Amino acid sequence: MNYIDMHAHMVSRTTDDYHAMALSGCLAVTEPAFWSGRDRLGPEAFADYFDHLTTFEPARAREYGIAHYAWLCLNPKEGEDRELTRQVLKIIPEFLQRPTVLGIGEIGLNRVTRNEMATFLDHVELALEHHQLIHIHTPHLEDKYKGTRVMVEALAADTRIEPGRVMIDHAEEHTAELILSHGFWTGITLYPKTKASPARAIDMIELYGSERLIVASACDWGPSQPLAVPEFIFEARRRGHDEATIRKIVLDNPQRFLGQSPKFVPPQRETALAGR
Amino acid sequence: MNAHAETCLLTQAQLLDLSFMEHRAHLLAIAAFLDRLERAQGAADAAEDFRLGALRGALHELVSPEPGRVMRAQMRLSDQDLTLLDLRDSQSAYGAPQRGEGPHSLDSEAEQ
Repeated sequence: MNYIDMHAHMVSRTTDDYHAMALSGCLAVTEPAFWSGRDRLGPEAFADYFDHLTTFEPARAREYGIAHYAWLCLNPKEGEDRELTRQVLKIIPEFLQRPTVLGIGEIGLNRVTRNEMATFLDHVELALEHHQLIHIHTPHLEDKYKGTRVMVEALAADTRIEPGRVMIDHAEEHTAELILSHGFWTGITLYPKTKASPARAIDMIELYGSERLIVASACDWGPSQPLAVPEFIFEARRRGHDEATIRKIVLDNPQRFLGQSPKFVPPQRETALAGR
Repeated sequence: MNAHAETCLLTQAQLLDLSFMEHRAHLLAIAAFLDRLERAQGAADAAEDFRLGALRGALHELVSPEPGRVMRAQMRLSDQDLTLLDLRDSQSAYGAPQRGEGPHSLDSEAEQ
């Protein structure tokens, strides 16, 4: 089955992973800006990273018939540094003009501090100013409930926000309903260890329905699985779900959300390969 | 009444056939981990560890007859104090809320 991986940090992955994803039906990936494992030293490092995300990665993906799109921001892991944030926010707009950039993300919170919240809100302002889609990271582990609550409540109180243009990612059992009930899109990221599994993602879909819900691998440089979406498809079939429902989660829903950006082109494998 | 009754498409027998072995292994892994903790050097050192307390609280939810076990287990492992931290205390999370912090600390619930 063809699918879109809405959240994949391909900078951290090998070309073999693009190959495996292409063989398993991946038509497109969207790559949110991420933490490199160490804090970047200054705005020039972000400019280099944004350039990488919008030149080298789309070209590398294209070799395998996969469309590559990006989201730009200063990641929540680095959001504590307000001065760095101000410097990076100044350089983002020029990169927003690039043809494969779909919006601002993955912004959000890490340890749920005052500075992180200020940085999150700065990014939201930037997205509104440039009419960009928003992709939001929620903290993992014990901070997830708290971080999700404070961001959902802040966004819900802002009448300028269109919830349908916002994806709040990394949902789990104690946050999915909160996100969906406010009209936002939500993502369930699938990990081999520590976080949501394909089986638990299917549980949440059975409990909360398939509207505005997407699954993704969130593969990066840590323990993760670039073929997590095909694993989800396999498990959903074993759990008795029909092909139309599964396709809605892994292809139709991502296309509905991403299609709100004029830059997103619904991917066709034949077209992508023909363009090589 | 369970509001989500029959939302899973498989029968209970089918679910057991599909995944009993996997969850049997998960259960034994937790049991072995708790035994290993007791056999560890200076075992009593961790008796008051906030992570172990939260884990034991979450384990109570697993044997509850009420549905919603995973939600309640998640909340046992979550910081429910919505107050923003003044400054970042670390780059990484711990997996369980620090005890004794904030107005909604789980201190009073973990041992129920």
